Amino acid sequence: MQLVDVKEKWTNRINTVTIGATPAQGGTRGRTVTVGGETTLPLLTFEGEIPNPPVIAGLVVDIVPPDWPDILKNAIGPEIASPAEWAQKAVRDWKVDMICLKLLGADPLGQNLSAEHAVNTVKAILKAVDVPLIIWGCGDLEKDSEVLPACSQAARGENCLIGPATEKNYRTLAAIGKADKHKIIGEAPVDINIAKQINILLQDAGFDINDVVMCQVTAALGYGFDYVFTIFERVRIAGLKGDKHMALPQIANVGWETWKVKEACADDDVLPGWGKVAQRGPRWEAATAAGYIQAGADIITLAHPETIAITKQTINEMIKGD
Amino acid sequence: MIFIGERINTGFKDIKQAVMDKNPAPLQDWAKQQTAAGANYLDVNLGAVSGKPEDMIWMIEQVQAVTETPISIDTNKLVILREAIKACKKPPLLNSTTCAKEKLDPFIEISSQYGASMIGLAMDESGSPKEIGRRVECAGLIAAAWMEAGLPMEHLYLDPIVMPLKFMQDQAKDFLEAVRQFKMLSDPAPHISCGLSNISSKATEKKLINRTFIAMAVAAGLDAAIVDVMDTDLLAAAKTAELLMNLEIYADSYLQKK
Repeated sequence: MQLVDVKEKWTNRINTVTIGATPAQGGTRGRTVTVGGETTLPLLTFEGEIPNPPVIAGLVVDIVPPDWPDILKNAIGPEIASPAEWAQKAVRDWKVDMICLKLLGADPLGQNLSAEHAVNTVKAILKAVDVPLIIWGCGDLEKDSEVLPACSQAARGENCLIGPATEKNYRTLAAIGKADKHKIIGEAPVDINIAKQINILLQDAGFDINDVVMCQVTAALGYGFDYVFTIFERVRIAGLKGDKHMALPQIANVGWETWKVKEACADDDVLPGWGKVAQRGPRWEAATAAGYIQAGADIITLAHPETIAITKQTINEMIKGD
Repeated sequence: MIFIGERINTGFKDIKQAVMDKNPAPLQDWAKQQTAAGANYLDVNLGAVSGKPEDMIWMIEQVQAVTETPISIDTNKLVILREAIKACKKPPLLNSTTCAKEKLDPFIEISSQYGASMIGLAMDESGSPKEIGRRVECAGLIAAAWMEAGLPMEHLYLDPIVMPLKFMQDQAKDFLEAVRQFKMLSDPAPHISCGLSNISSKATEKKLINRTFIAMAVAAGLDAAIVDVMDTDLLAAAKTAELLMNLEIYADSYLQKK
């Protein structure tokens, strides 16, 4: 019996984006990370190419997030008090591909730390590790427009990935990305149309969309994960079909989102029957990560060392076929 | 949608004069303007002004001096094509061959040698067929020869031939049907292109006819056209039609998209 050939023949390739710059490229990184370049959907290597498997960015926060559970803080260890040492540990012991620095300390609703504090943290991390760096603002538009340009300038030439650029602040991000030679994260609020809109706006502002990584405000498992999954997938399908403004690598901020939800954080006595939080937490994060990898994420941020180990194995088994 | 800018053609008086005087300004002006308007290719047509390949090369060089937009070499003369393609910095679009073997074979050979794309007209040595069946047959011959040469389908453009509404009113409907049938020739499908302005030749409401027609043609499967890219309403109609056919993801600023 002849089997029907179900292979899709996509006509377009996802852009590749390289983050980090070695001394020869004007930076100080020991290595760079390249993402994207797919000519098919995740896992379907029989159908097309996946030249760059997904990478893991170890999440580092400039202050200890007040709501993080003890199981996570303890797993990270005493280094959590020093972003530079935390980053070092993530690279040395957990073998992450890059570091994602979340500048939570700048948040006006929290500690409202100065741009100078953020700059010092960026500099300390760049000095402590030689992997590429993602710099993620606190999310307050006004504060980010002060903090991100300062950090961008401090990391000039390092070819970092900086964000998020939204419909409201894209001009600032486009300007600093161009001036200081960084890549930009375009972020949409779980909305495929706005995701495209941001890419058009960044391009209109003179920024090359070949230097953009797309992001949907990532939902953890149980909090709209399935909806975000479909958006990641639709973006990727549109990109493979030839929509140039959708043919961009995608980042999922899994680490940051997971450790906000009760299923990952709440103690065993609060959630009886859900299993021990020490195991449940990292698995909640790992399950979310595995889902986004299948949806088409190219960069995954992760916080718990155990999750990093599990996800590395997932990538090796699912994508690299080891 | 792939837009091929039609303006650098000696059929226009300013271009004709510029080529005769070897004055680059008008060509470069149109090259820049059409690129800014969103042209994906710039058609360069020497027409009847000269039969010398060096004149075509001169035109291409002037255009490439001011833009990076790829060239559409508009000639059916092989002598000119073989020389002109050497001057192209980016893989060009060859515009165009018919399905007549003595023409189609060398065009495919040149496409293959230079990694160029090609427009194949759905007509043979005796001209443009009136019946849809024969047009599909012509297009099929071109697509088959292209595939046999092992060339990627995304580099092939098939043109069902647009006839003027005013003189051959029954043909527009047939054109749309031909587009639908061409799309089924292979998977992935070839691009379908046309010389759009022909539809409104000698008519009074040229612009309205052009943009109504392009919207209908996009709905049928057209994804490329040789057009007046300075006609922003026309481009907007085509882009909107693509959204309505769910070929692109909607974004508020979709008209600004480059």
